[in-house]
Amino acid sequence: MKIIVPIQLVPDLVEELVIDKSGTKLDPDEISWILNEYDNHAIEQAILIKEKSGAEVTVIAPDLEGADDALFTAAAKGADKLVKIAEDFIEEPFNVHALARMFAKIIKEEDASLVLTGVSASNSLDGCLGAILAEYLGMPYVGYVSGVTIEGNKASVHKEFPGGLISQLEVTLPAVLGIQASETPPRYVPFSKTRQAMKERKIEEEEGEFDLAGGLTPKRMFLPVVTEKAQMLEGDEDEIAEKLVAILKERGII
Amino acid sequence: MSKDIFVLIEHLRGEVADISYMALAQANSIARSTGGKVVAVLLCKEAGNLSAKLAADEVLAVESPALEHFTGEVYQAVLAQIVKERQPGLVLMGETSIGSDVAGGVAAKLDLPLISMCNLLTAEGGKLTATCQICGGKIMAEIDVPETATVLTLIPGKFAVEEGQREGAPVTKVAAPAIEQPKVVFKQYIEPAGEDIDISKESILIGVGRGIGNQDALEDLEKLAEAMGGVLCASRPVVDQNWLPATRLVGKSGKRIGGKLYLALGISGAPEHTEAITGCDLIIAVNTDPKAPIFNIAKYGAEIDLLDLVPVLTEKIQDAR
Repeated sequence: MKIIVPIQLVPDLVEELVIDKSGTKLDPDEISWILNEYDNHAIEQAILIKEKSGAEVTVIAPDLEGADDALFTAAAKGADKLVKIAEDFIEEPFNVHALARMFAKIIKEEDASLVLTGVSASNSLDGCLGAILAEYLGMPYVGYVSGVTIEGNKASVHKEFPGGLISQLEVTLPAVLGIQASETPPRYVPFSKTRQAMKERKIEEEEGEFDLAGGLTPKRMFLPVVTEKAQMLEGDEDEIAEKLVAILKERGII
Repeated sequence: MSKDIFVLIEHLRGEVADISYMALAQANSIARSTGGKVVAVLLCKEAGNLSAKLAADEVLAVESPALEHFTGEVYQAVLAQIVKERQPGLVLMGETSIGSDVAGGVAAKLDLPLISMCNLLTAEGGKLTATCQICGGKIMAEIDVPETATVLTLIPGKFAVEEGQREGAPVTKVAAPAIEQPKVVFKQYIEPAGEDIDISKESILIGVGRGIGNQDALEDLEKLAEAMGGVLCASRPVVDQNWLPATRLVGKSGKRIGGKLYLALGISGAPEHTEAITGCDLIIAVNTDPKAPIFNIAKYGAEIDLLDLVPVLTEKIQDAR
């Protein structure tokens, strides 16, 4: 069976996010792109299925800085085929619809049984990729997935609801699943293995065609307006601990 | 297209989700300015008590045995049909396990614009603006809501659950459109594994996030929790690593917490986490990132590595008791 994992790269939220002069988008020069965390789980889930039931795993990424790293790391984990969509994505980083259309075109040619993608991405404004992609592919979609077992042409899927309640669903393939968490945490691969993949493996490039329909253009972007920011406790760990103890005592918590 | 606002009511095992009441409150606030009705759309086997407290001008109950358990596929097909027939101006639902499975498909099927992660909708001069919270709560984006029919997914914002509750909305029952043989079939519910404490009932909670770095840090954190007479809970990354069980997860996909104190250690404060901690009397946050959004809702904060702070704090609390 063929599993395709279309991944998204998102701004690294540990870095400072800078809004550009237009005030309507993030400054692309200041963004450090990293693999969307949920997509890391989607890659892991694909590899777990491959190990259990046998599958060919293809990972597709938009050509953003960080894509090669993400793809070669996926290869080091066991992905069989790496694809990059060649297009200048920087100008419209938030258009999930455009990305879904590009992914759909490639996936349609691949005859995939299963498409696994991260359930959401932190920079999306126009919906989550999986649900839109599923509609473009004419496949059913299940999101918030935390477990997948393949049984013939069906998948037994665990979908999460608040409070940890799980709904077990039987999904006839092909289908698109939005992965919230892989069954076991994403594996760690030493950089030496990724470097080896960089030497030995090749990334295929596919032409992309940017169709921006469905995307949104913010009229303004801004940092959250804080009415009352936390009162910051200053000092070293000793002084801060003292202050915290005083607060907790005053409130009768300890 | 009418000016009506449809709100998809999310329910599971006989209970309406809080986010649906919040969405109704939001819808009512907009409808006052734009005119049009607020219609609660209830897809279910039987409306029964589900409609009892929906603050809407009308409850549209679509009843079918096929709607007994939620599957995105059937919900999407039914909702798309209703939206096509009745042409509302807005379709609201939660940015949740239910809403997110439905919104993308309905919007793409009907070629409607879709705005996600919206935490406030405002109306001015008949024009609507959506404010969305993205990048883990670090960036806000303001978007003109198109004047064509639009689908929006909401995250908790300024509206309280009670504001979306009112008795006596008239219920209109409509037959479900023909539903094709589904490709997604509900089999069973699986309860969260294991016996554990119920964090939603605890009074003193110590939340740990990605900032703890690795599992080894948990030993010190357990000691701190014990010294404080509280319990540990966590944000998603910690649970995904299996460092703490899913029963300890606080957030959109976990539990909401209340109680006297929430000490958030190494938690950045993404909206999916913070929406579940607003009921706590006192929030204290410790994080090395001074721009972490958690400091925007905490009463007290400290910009320090929690691994340095925790052993010292434990000792001082033990001494103070």
